[in-house]
Amino acid sequence: MTKNITLAHGNGGEENNELIEGVFYKHLKNDYLKKSEDASLIEGGRLAFTTDSFTISPLFFSGGDIGKLCICGTCNDLAMMGAAPKYVTLAMMIEEGFEMKTLDKIVRSIKKELEVCGAVVVAGDTKVVPRGSVDKLFINTSGVGIVELEGISASNLSVGDAIVVSRDVGCHGAAIYANREGIDIQSTLKSDCASLWPMVKALKDAGIKPKEMRDATRGGLAAVLNEWAKASDVCIEVDEKSIPICDEVNGICELLGFEPTALANEGTFVLALEQKDVKKAIEVLKTFEQNKQCAMIGTVTDEYKKKVTLKSEWDTKRFLDMPTGELLPRIC
Amino acid sequence: MQKQPDLFKVFRNPEHIKALAKLIKKESKTKIRVMEVCGGHTHTIMKYGIPQILPDNIEFVHGPGCPVCIMPKERIDHAYILSQQPDVIMVTLGDMIKVPGSHGSLSEARSRGADVRFVYSPLDVITIAKENPEKKVIFFAIGFETTTPMTAALIDKVVKLGLKNVLFHINHVTVPEVMEELLNSRDEHVDSYNNRIDAFIGPSHVSVITGSKVFDKFPKEYKKPVVVTGFEPVDVMEGMLMIIRQINDGRADLENQYKRSVSYEGNIVAQNLINKYFDQKDLFKWRGLGNIPKSGLKLKDEYAQLDAEKIYDNVLPKEEIEDHKLCICGDILRGMAKPTDCQVFGTACKPSKPIGSCMVSSEGACAAYYKYGGVLR
Repeated sequence: MTKNITLAHGNGGEENNELIEGVFYKHLKNDYLKKSEDASLIEGGRLAFTTDSFTISPLFFSGGDIGKLCICGTCNDLAMMGAAPKYVTLAMMIEEGFEMKTLDKIVRSIKKELEVCGAVVVAGDTKVVPRGSVDKLFINTSGVGIVELEGISASNLSVGDAIVVSRDVGCHGAAIYANREGIDIQSTLKSDCASLWPMVKALKDAGIKPKEMRDATRGGLAAVLNEWAKASDVCIEVDEKSIPICDEVNGICELLGFEPTALANEGTFVLALEQKDVKKAIEVLKTFEQNKQCAMIGTVTDEYKKKVTLKSEWDTKRFLDMPTGELLPRIC
Repeated sequence: MQKQPDLFKVFRNPEHIKALAKLIKKESKTKIRVMEVCGGHTHTIMKYGIPQILPDNIEFVHGPGCPVCIMPKERIDHAYILSQQPDVIMVTLGDMIKVPGSHGSLSEARSRGADVRFVYSPLDVITIAKENPEKKVIFFAIGFETTTPMTAALIDKVVKLGLKNVLFHINHVTVPEVMEELLNSRDEHVDSYNNRIDAFIGPSHVSVITGSKVFDKFPKEYKKPVVVTGFEPVDVMEGMLMIIRQINDGRADLENQYKRSVSYEGNIVAQNLINKYFDQKDLFKWRGLGNIPKSGLKLKDEYAQLDAEKIYDNVLPKEEIEDHKLCICGDILRGMAKPTDCQVFGTACKPSKPIGSCMVSSEGACAAYYKYGGVLR
């Protein structure tokens, strides 16, 4: 490992995992953490518990803001464990000089998103730090949810299972990148930032029992599929043309040399299902406006264990690897 | 908003790709080794699994056309040391900040407190310089002919605006000179590299600037077919078919598959801008390949006041550094070995912990093999 933390250590990919193994697991590993799920199941599996911190530039972006994001992020981690989000804590680190009006707007956005999830803030904390100590505003939220769908786990996948993605991938990452300082791209692209519990609940109400679900945040679809392939010791074969990607995301990726599958999402999740549930699940998910492009993208096989393969339309195959490094535009 | 015409889907059309694969299979007779000079092509070939649909008698030899990969440690060390100087903002293009030198990469320099930034357009350096008048902004300029005009345009603007706080560390290199080196050089292991390369897939973006004319001498003097080819899979397949037809006919011609962007003369405005600010360097050291005559550029003497290498001459080391013993990037860049021939490939050397330069950039042959699974065939 390098002597100092680099930005690559926060990428949700390989370096991030090294940091977790090398420092945090080294000292803190226990039965809960070793499962490395989005949220831990506690109290005999009745409750799900998770935490997440949020820093984003710009604070307000097309399709959301840090307030909406800090609720979606934590509640989605609960939803992915089949839990209905109930109780949330909210901790804010605010830079001296931050505009009161902006803070108010962010908190209103938090309130609105809590209503969507059906959760409430039960404890909070504020710290104000001298100018320059944080970049405007950092937020941490933790959440507790009540498990309504049991038995969801990354080690559940078996040969023959289907992989479904809830909508087109890469919108959040591409939108944020396009809005970033120094990248002058004009685009109508919106982040996919959204709460996923209503969708999970709809699946549950329709009698569908996903084997595994995960929201494809940092590291994108590629990271989720690679983690699953490793955790379940299987191969996931993805049909490239079936991955839904919108034109704007494709365009931005073409320009900067990114892979849409490695871009972060904030309201897109991947499901592993038994084949018999696929049709119904897609039907249910498509009833949500943003999920019009929900699709089955692959199947679980045993060809290259612990690997994800991508099949092209002209019958060639390649690995879809775990994203590594900081996301940097290629040179030429 | 008006719907933009689609710029790439037709060039990834599976029907076209399959049809070209069929034609190639039918027409390919002899065993040939084709060097794709440019890293962009290596990336396309691996990403789209092109070798899987070509007959076995066509072998790709991956060339040295990845600007990050060929950057020797000496130059990276310069960048690192410059980033440590007081009141310096170091600016470079994306990928470059990951490349490890003897002291670490620019990304590590940043994590240790240096002000290192990457820009997508070099002209953003102007904004950074204006916002930080008390700092020296050093642009670490890298790349082949593709990115040289962007640096030249930045210099032009800096000169015209009379900005006093922008300096340049120039590492621009040129393609035809390294291709010639590959054909001319000899090694104890083989009688001549010349024998290892039967034809070239000529670079796409480089040729947009230089025009295909810079490759004239390869068919004429070396009897090697050159087909300037686009970066999409349909382009590469068509370029390959054109090469096969030349070989079948016993011809060695300069042909242009990438007509939608490349002309014989190229971008004259860009060429003039380059000639205004740059001279050829007598020698430029390429990682793995050593010193190659006339293959790099430097600022013209009259712009010495902008040259970070001259201004910081007293802190920049001049000693040569040996490449890592286990790394065979040199052989890979010369087309002598495949990434999978390397004993540290995928074990000690990975994209997250590169030992050799070919693993650093996504366009490097090793990174492409690692990422896309060079084993799938």
